[in-house]
Amino acid sequence: MDIVYTIWLRNMKRYIRSRSRIIGSIAMPLFFLLFLGFGLNSVVQLSGIGGNYVAFLIPGMVAMSVLFTSVFSGIQIIWDKQFGFLKETLVAPVSRLEIMVGQTLGGATTAVLQGSMILVLSVFIGFWISSPVGFLIALGFMILIGISFTAFGIAIASRMEDMTGFQLIMNFVVFPLFGLSGALFPISSLPAWVRPVTLLDPLTYGVEGIRYGLTGVSQINPLVCGAVIGSFTIVMTVLGAFLFRKIRL
Amino acid sequence: MTVAIHIENLTRRFNNLVAVDNISFDIEHGEIFGLLGPNGAGKTTTLSMLSTMLKPTSGSATVNGIDIERDEDGVRKSIGIVFQDQSLDEELTAWENMDFHGRLYRIPSDIRKQRITELLRLVELEDRQHDIVKTFSGGMRRRLEIARGLLHHPSVLFLDEPTLGLDPQTRNHLWQYIASLAREKGITIILTTHYMEEADRLCSRVAIIDHGKIIALDTPQNLKDGIGGDVVTIRSPDPAAVIATLTEPWITRAEQHNDEVIVSLQQAEQHISTIVTLLNTHRVPIQSLAIHKPTLEDVFLSFTGKTIREEEADHKTNMRMYQRMVRH
Repeated sequence: MDIVYTIWLRNMKRYIRSRSRIIGSIAMPLFFLLFLGFGLNSVVQLSGIGGNYVAFLIPGMVAMSVLFTSVFSGIQIIWDKQFGFLKETLVAPVSRLEIMVGQTLGGATTAVLQGSMILVLSVFIGFWISSPVGFLIALGFMILIGISFTAFGIAIASRMEDMTGFQLIMNFVVFPLFGLSGALFPISSLPAWVRPVTLLDPLTYGVEGIRYGLTGVSQINPLVCGAVIGSFTIVMTVLGAFLFRKIRL
Repeated sequence: MTVAIHIENLTRRFNNLVAVDNISFDIEHGEIFGLLGPNGAGKTTTLSMLSTMLKPTSGSATVNGIDIERDEDGVRKSIGIVFQDQSLDEELTAWENMDFHGRLYRIPSDIRKQRITELLRLVELEDRQHDIVKTFSGGMRRRLEIARGLLHHPSVLFLDEPTLGLDPQTRNHLWQYIASLAREKGITIILTTHYMEEADRLCSRVAIIDHGKIIALDTPQNLKDGIGGDVVTIRSPDPAAVIATLTEPWITRAEQHNDEVIVSLQQAEQHISTIVTLLNTHRVPIQSLAIHKPTLEDVFLSFTGKTIREEEADHKTNMRMYQRMVRH
């Protein structure tokens, strides 16, 4: 555990020092929230949560913030590879699993912190969380999204030599995952043939889980959400650990 | 003297490229041992295998009596390593980089603090210990890496091209550190270098490595003595004529390299006038003539028939071809 803590601690120190990154990654979900939320609030009619589109969008933006931060944190291993720091870690008498777990928890922590900031900011624009229990449920889903997608980032980083493929992953994997997740619109409003695709997206269950926690309403049973995103987390962690073990420098 | 490192028939292949070709030697405890050779000769690959970062294709080695394949963690605990490329976290301070390392090697908190303070003082970085590494110069980073490599009190320290890219003053400074480390702490140091002067100044013994093979291994003095006295370099438009003229029995060797002839002989100062007279009577033109005491560069030349720089140029072409092959 001390090694996991060491790696986690380094991640935290780097995170706290990177003010531009903190602000930069809050900006996008926040702008989405302001522009889309207030722009479409009067146009979009939703059944369920009192027809309030902003309230619908906030859980989606929290999930978005967690998603992007965690994938990015995982992929950062490529930088450690390029700047040589990974060697220092890998040549120490510690197991790769400890390093990977530390890195995953570090990334997940930063991601959850980023998501929480969106949540706090949304309280300022008049959003009310349904209940303390609901908040804890939402937090649980944020943690699962954070862990699974950091592990996903580590898995990708383990197979990539440099950052040139990063944009490709972002545009063709992460953004579609986000777009299909129902973070921006209710799944039920999609054409019938798109819905199965949405249900294949693990993030959908994360978003719905957070939405259930924060607003008390969701289109997918929260237990199903928990089971799916939980299994996804386990699969990603195992995959990430497996690929990280095979890194050759 | 006890053996710190024992290497037996160690070989590493990358597809068709044999990076390290069946090398065997022992390094004694407390030695500063140099692996000297051009870039791409197999020095770093050898170090990677000894530090368990890379598995050998065949052969075996022990570090402090521990087998590098059977007990990776055992080896890792007993060695310190400073990589050729920088491996610091630039976003952290000097202290934090040290602390991270200490925690990875599970050094208890109080001992860790004490050692970090000591070592940062040793490498003269205590004034800058709470500054972010990004603001450090190349020499400071290198010193920090050496300090970090010593934090867990390794009995063997690997230094891969420790002074690469540093200015002469910093290089001198580092040499002094390294020499005093071996002397005072009794650490065995294995360093790789392609700087002849570095190997000559620092190492108690040097292995010259080229194309993955050890081509010579001895003390720098013995290696230099072995090539037959002093070296006279004669530059001439007709090098073949120079060699044909110089047939005196006191000449150990005369070889042509480009437009130069390299002549080995004992007591060059006494014979230099004879050489000039001989060349003049045979009407062989001379552009310039220089005498110097043999260096490891001359040793390398005498074993490989090439200067280390020519070798490096060859290796670069090879590596480029190799990389192209791998990519396509």
